Amino acid sequence: ELALEILFCERHRSYLLWRYLQVEPNATIGEIKSMFHKNHPQWYPARQSIRLDPKGKSLKDEDVLQHLPVGTTATFYFRDLGSQISWVTVFLTEYTGPLVIYLMFYFRVPFIYAPKYDFTTSKHWVVHLACMCHSFHYMKRLLETLFVHRFSHGTMPLRNIFKNCTYYWGFAAWMAYYINHPLYTPPIYGEQQIRLALILFLFCQIGNFSIHIALRNLRPPGSKTRKIPYPTKNPFTWIFLLVSCPNYTYELGSWLGFTLMTQCLPVAFFTLVGFIQMTVWAKGKHRSYLKEFRDYPPLRSPILPFIL
Amino acid sequence: MAATPAPGTSKGAHSDVTGRRKKGPGALATAYLVIYNVVMTAGWLVIAVGLVRAYLARGSYHGLYYSIEKPLKFFQTGAVLEVTTCARSWTDASLCVFCLVSVSLQVQSEDSVLLFVTAWTVTEIIRYSFYTFSLLNHLPYLIKWARYTFFFVLYPMGVTGELLTIYAALPHAQKTGLYSVTLPNKYNFSFDYHSFLIIVMVSYIPLFPQLYFHMVRQRKKVLGHTEDYSKVE
Repeated sequence: ELALEILFCERHRSYLLWRYLQVEPNATIGEIKSMFHKNHPQWYPARQSIRLDPKGKSLKDEDVLQHLPVGTTATFYFRDLGSQISWVTVFLTEYTGPLVIYLMFYFRVPFIYAPKYDFTTSKHWVVHLACMCHSFHYMKRLLETLFVHRFSHGTMPLRNIFKNCTYYWGFAAWMAYYINHPLYTPPIYGEQQIRLALILFLFCQIGNFSIHIALRNLRPPGSKTRKIPYPTKNPFTWIFLLVSCPNYTYELGSWLGFTLMTQCLPVAFFTLVGFIQMTVWAKGKHRSYLKEFRDYPPLRSPILPFIL
Repeated sequence: MAATPAPGTSKGAHSDVTGRRKKGPGALATAYLVIYNVVMTAGWLVIAVGLVRAYLARGSYHGLYYSIEKPLKFFQTGAVLEVTTCARSWTDASLCVFCLVSVSLQVQSEDSVLLFVTAWTVTEIIRYSFYTFSLLNHLPYLIKWARYTFFFVLYPMGVTGELLTIYAALPHAQKTGLYSVTLPNKYNFSFDYHSFLIIVMVSYIPLFPQLYFHMVRQRKKVLGHTEDYSKVE
């Protein structure tokens, strides 16, 4: 049996929070977190970060005590991660907002536009098409959150929900305001432009969905394993030959399609900002793949084939 | 100009005074930075001297702005070159606002303009000489002290002047539709400069305290360690 000490670390100070005597050597970090939570009810396991070194990496829940470099007394450092919220909750909230907000602008709910336009509809058919596409996009995201995605992490810091919702909801309102405006100007090249845009949008929506399914199938239910994704029988996944994160590639394509369809500058801004963020994520993911897998296909780029 | 930040011209001046000498920039880069900072210091001195002379000549401070308008605009544009010095910190956010406000507004005769021009002129003279001396590794304690002490008065002065100026410019911006874009247009976009200015004013409420207290913290760090680090950080 081991004796366990948990020290609270805060910048340069640390003090003993708790001492457990007689802990089973084959106890996992997850079990230890539960024990700690019982003694400190304000710190539920999701907000505990347990490390061997105050500045080191957090230990995983699956790590077993006796496999860690500890003596007969294990000293852990604890850090409070702050209030946590589940990824699923965050996703559902941040995606429901744009869906509802856009529809409010589409139906011209009062106090947005001049009163004479309340509850009227646009005379441009592209505006109806745009509404369908936008709504479809966020419905798809909500359903994927509920039924497709398998999350590595259960939770994230609470403040993220405010940041993320501001981003999604804010941009949705900004875009929807102009697209559904009584003075909206349809695309210069008319039907040709809209048709091309719609094809691009739908192609990329199917592509994005195919990638999500392929990634899901890499990971058995309840597991957090990581494997290299490869092309499957679905032609939309063949892009894995050239790109590490084709879900982001297809997402960019969808929004480019939407920008073309609506010919609206705020949509272009949203696409640009999203692209920058996704590129950052894709580069990070690409780097992790390279670090973790010796045999990672060298031809792949993070997000844009050969370019980025 | 890909130079690693010289001590005293980068965030190093604002953040940790570790005493560890970072590898400085090459000779060419240092020369560029020194020249840049000397020119900026000189420029702000010109503006300051111009202000004082004009005041003495007129006997009042009305219309003072016009006397220094040209050099002021010139040096504001030069300040855009700050980017090449791998800057830096929060002070430049305020500088950007200053440039935006004074270059674009038509209300130069306002006393508020004089208020922030004076405040920023003094601030900038001290700041650029601070960087110049730091680069040359001969920083007089007086300059360092001035940099981290004068701001107590100069920052509130400058911010007050800016806010008053923006406020004074609002009616003009609204009436003339300055820098604004209206619907309908083929990009389906609109921008109202008047509303934007109001948002800028409101944003001072969270931003200015952060800036101010950041300087207060820096002051503790920098001036509190003078016994340990007699040379420049």
